[in-house]
Amino acid sequence: MSTAHVLLGLLAGGPRHGYDLKRAHDDRLPQAKPLAYGQVYATLGRLERDGLVAQSGQDQEAGPERTSYELTELGRERLAAWLTEVEPPAPYVSSVLFNKVVVALLAGGTDQATGYLTAQRVAHMTRMRELTATKTRPGASVGDVVAADYAIGHLDADLRWLQTTLARVAELQKEVTS
Amino acid sequence: MTGALLSGTGITKSYGATPALRGIDVTVGEGEIVAITGPSGCGKSTLLHCLAGILRADEGSVVYREQDLSLWSEASRSRLRRTEFGVLFQFGQLVPELTAAENVALPLLLAGSGRRDAREAALGWLARFGVADMADKRPPAMSGGQQQRCAAARALVTGPRVIFADEPTGALDQLSGEQVMTAMVQAVREQGSAVVLVTHEAPVAAYADREIVLRDGAIDPSGIGIVG
Ligand SMILES: Nc1ncnc2c1ncn2[C@@H]1O[C@H](COP(=O)(O)OP(=O)(O)OP(=O)(O)O)[C@@H](O)[C@H]1O
Ligand SMILES: [Mg+2]
Repeated sequence: MSTAHVLLGLLAGGPRHGYDLKRAHDDRLPQAKPLAYGQVYATLGRLERDGLVAQSGQDQEAGPERTSYELTELGRERLAAWLTEVEPPAPYVSSVLFNKVVVALLAGGTDQATGYLTAQRVAHMTRMRELTATKTRPGASVGDVVAADYAIGHLDADLRWLQTTLARVAELQKEVTS
Repeated sequence: MTGALLSGTGITKSYGATPALRGIDVTVGEGEIVAITGPSGCGKSTLLHCLAGILRADEGSVVYREQDLSLWSEASRSRLRRTEFGVLFQFGQLVPELTAAENVALPLLLAGSGRRDAREAALGWLARFGVADMADKRPPAMSGGQQQRCAAARALVTGPRVIFADEPTGALDQLSGEQVMTAMVQAVREQGSAVVLVTHEAPVAAYADREIVLRDGAIDPSGIGIVG
């Protein structure tokens, strides 16, 4: 799970406590879903159990948010291994969008599928405009731009697929219901 | 949006027997960015040319700031294009004999600016589009992408009320395309200019406030613009 690796990465520069890790995560990965404190402590707990991080100190006022953690030697090795490992391109085609088109044809028909594809295109374009506005805002950080570009690229891939699939709805209907 | 800055009503245009536009209604508000998208051959460029007063529609009218452009002479329309419109085509269309800086300065000189001021402004715009180092080169010695950045600078230099851009990123790689679009959108937001943006790429259309999808010369109300 990649949140664990991100926390290991954030600890590579030296010890930090949980509150700090949450803030650094949200700053460095703008537009990502903000990390909940509960998730930070749960993840740190697991990493500690597995020997990848260790407690390195406690501030004056004790409490979980004041405990700082550091990488262990094993944690450092695990992080290095993760960074050199190539992520396998997904072996199966899995997409709610695709599933929905097939089910729409099975359960409804071409109008249902076309209606869905059209509405999805509008939702995708709207989101793409929002992300584009975020990255062109004066003072947008490079992180904002890179995060928005990642999402825009994926929406664009979906949009191309929506467009070509719209043109193939009738053909697909024949195949699906034959 | 406070009233239309530019509007087209019932725009119809044929090339000989080929109908290209079949009664298009569009409005562009002050400072608004409107994308025109749709499949190849659907009439995007023809619509842009009609709205910019470069082509005259067979039927229908184009009204800019409450004036019907179809009633104007070619000379008046071309003066309007020089003073209030900025035009950017897919392939730069720079003057090959002039340097990049001279090309960008040209619209200002035609509008009566002094040489020194025009050059200074031109250099600022070239820098904004990332081609400051091309200032003293002529288009034949520049890459397609560099010429396009330069053409974008030229389209914006006079602070036009409306910018017409036809596939402005068509000749650019993806990163350059994004840089040009971002620089352009930031500049028009500062200047309060409106933009009519023709593109067939969703990520480019996403720079606009609104999208109009054409299909076979008409507006596709479903907004999907597929062929067949
Ligand atoms: N000068 C011309 N003479 C004859 N027909 C033309 C001319 N220009 C365009 N057409 C035709 O008019 C229609 C609309 O062309 P237009 O160039 O406006 O399409 P477009 O949407 O800009 O296409 P693209 O995405 O390929 O640039 C097409 O059928 C085209 O073949
Ligand atoms: Mg065209």
